[in-house]
Amino acid sequence: MNLTPDQTIFWSNGFITINLTIVTTWGVMLFMVIGAILITRKLKTTHKISRWQCILEMIVTGINEQIKEVGLENPEQYIGFIGTLFLFIAMCNFWIVLPWYQPPTGSLSTTAALAIAVFLAVPFFGIQKSGFFAYLKTYIKPTFIMLPFNIISELSRTLALAIRLFGNIMSGGMIIAILLSISPLFIPIVMKALGLLTGMVQAYIFSILATVYIAAAVQESIKKKKLVNKSTN
Amino acid sequence: MQINWFTVIAQIVNFLVLVWLMKKYLYKPILAAIDEREKKIAAELADAKSKMTEAKKEQDEFQQKNNDFDKHKKKLMDQATSDADKEREKLLDTAKKEAAGVKEKLEAASKELQENLSDEISKKTQDEVFAIAKKALAELASTDLEEQFVHVFIRKIKAITDKDKKQFIGAFHSDSAPIAVKSAFDLAEKDQKGIRSAIADILGDDVKYEFKTDPKMISGIELAAKGYKLSWSLAAYVNSLEKSVATTINKTHQAVKQ
Repeated sequence: MNLTPDQTIFWSNGFITINLTIVTTWGVMLFMVIGAILITRKLKTTHKISRWQCILEMIVTGINEQIKEVGLENPEQYIGFIGTLFLFIAMCNFWIVLPWYQPPTGSLSTTAALAIAVFLAVPFFGIQKSGFFAYLKTYIKPTFIMLPFNIISELSRTLALAIRLFGNIMSGGMIIAILLSISPLFIPIVMKALGLLTGMVQAYIFSILATVYIAAAVQESIKKKKLVNKSTN
Repeated sequence: MQINWFTVIAQIVNFLVLVWLMKKYLYKPILAAIDEREKKIAAELADAKSKMTEAKKEQDEFQQKNNDFDKHKKKLMDQATSDADKEREKLLDTAKKEAAGVKEKLEAASKELQENLSDEISKKTQDEVFAIAKKALAELASTDLEEQFVHVFIRKIKAITDKDKKQFIGAFHSDSAPIAVKSAFDLAEKDQKGIRSAIADILGDDVKYEFKTDPKMISGIELAAKGYKLSWSLAAYVNSLEKSVATTINKTHQAVKQ
């Protein structure tokens, strides 16, 4: 029994390895992009819209509202990253209802990749908002002594993001595999439903935490900017 | 539980590609559609608001017109009512005057009619009364009564005053015509003799007499010489009374008319 889909390798040449994780990710990506293209191809701006458009609009406006609630003022700027993070994880976890499907989020490589993306996105948005040095200065706040703690905090939360998602999804898959060997009928279905719920909750947690981290970085720089503006005035 | 660093890199790239694709094919079109729809709705709302304002304006205008029309109508109505009242009073006055005139005329006519009627009635009554009296007396009259009359007449001749006697004699001598004695019935010889002797006492014996009958006299005797007349009859009484009554009635009528 494989713990992660990374272990199912289709093709390997030295450093380059095409494993089940990558292939499944491509499948999910393909599904999402084709679905989006198909639905948005016939978008209507009248009062009466198709139900698929309605669902997509609900999802997009829902994500927008969540971002706004966390405290980011211009959600359209962040929805590309945060929304995709949520939808990708949710989609990866959704297909566990299919038999023999192994979610890419059950691989530590994928979760680490997503956590690294968040780790990189936080300074990216922070710098975009307030400038390189102003962002870096947030690491020595309130005092210079806090610098190592701030750095440790950045690293540890990235690690926590990766391990949390991996652990939840992997354990869900493990439980189902173990239950299948003990009682192959009915019980695994219940566990799959539970896994679906856990998957959605984890997708939400992952993306909302990413939003919070980005919001913290952006707001810190905004606060600083306001203070500078006040002192110059 | 190992991390495959190639997979990590590949997944980061995959994720970034997915972010780009999703931005292009999902978020942008969806948000654009939502924005456009919101704009459309806002435009529709603004349009509805402007239409509402316009409608309100039109309604106000209409209300104003309606009020003006009502005022004008009331004014016209008041004018018409006052005109009608004036005309009514005028007509009423004219009618009253006319009615008063007609009433006056009617009263005059009625009075005249009443008077005429009264005249006629009194005249008729008078005629009737005297006709009845004459008739009754004529029926009562007879030869016996005539005899009584002759006696009374003879007494009257004898009782004639000196003045009348002279007049009588004068009248008799101026004319040679016989003395006419009229009576209602034929006088008996005895009565004729009595009358002759009575007259002979005054005029003498050589007097001619002419005895006549006249039923109109009812009862009585009349003696006529030229310019002198001596009579005593019921007709004379009745005629005298009739004249007297007629004179009285005429006097009354003239007093009433005045």
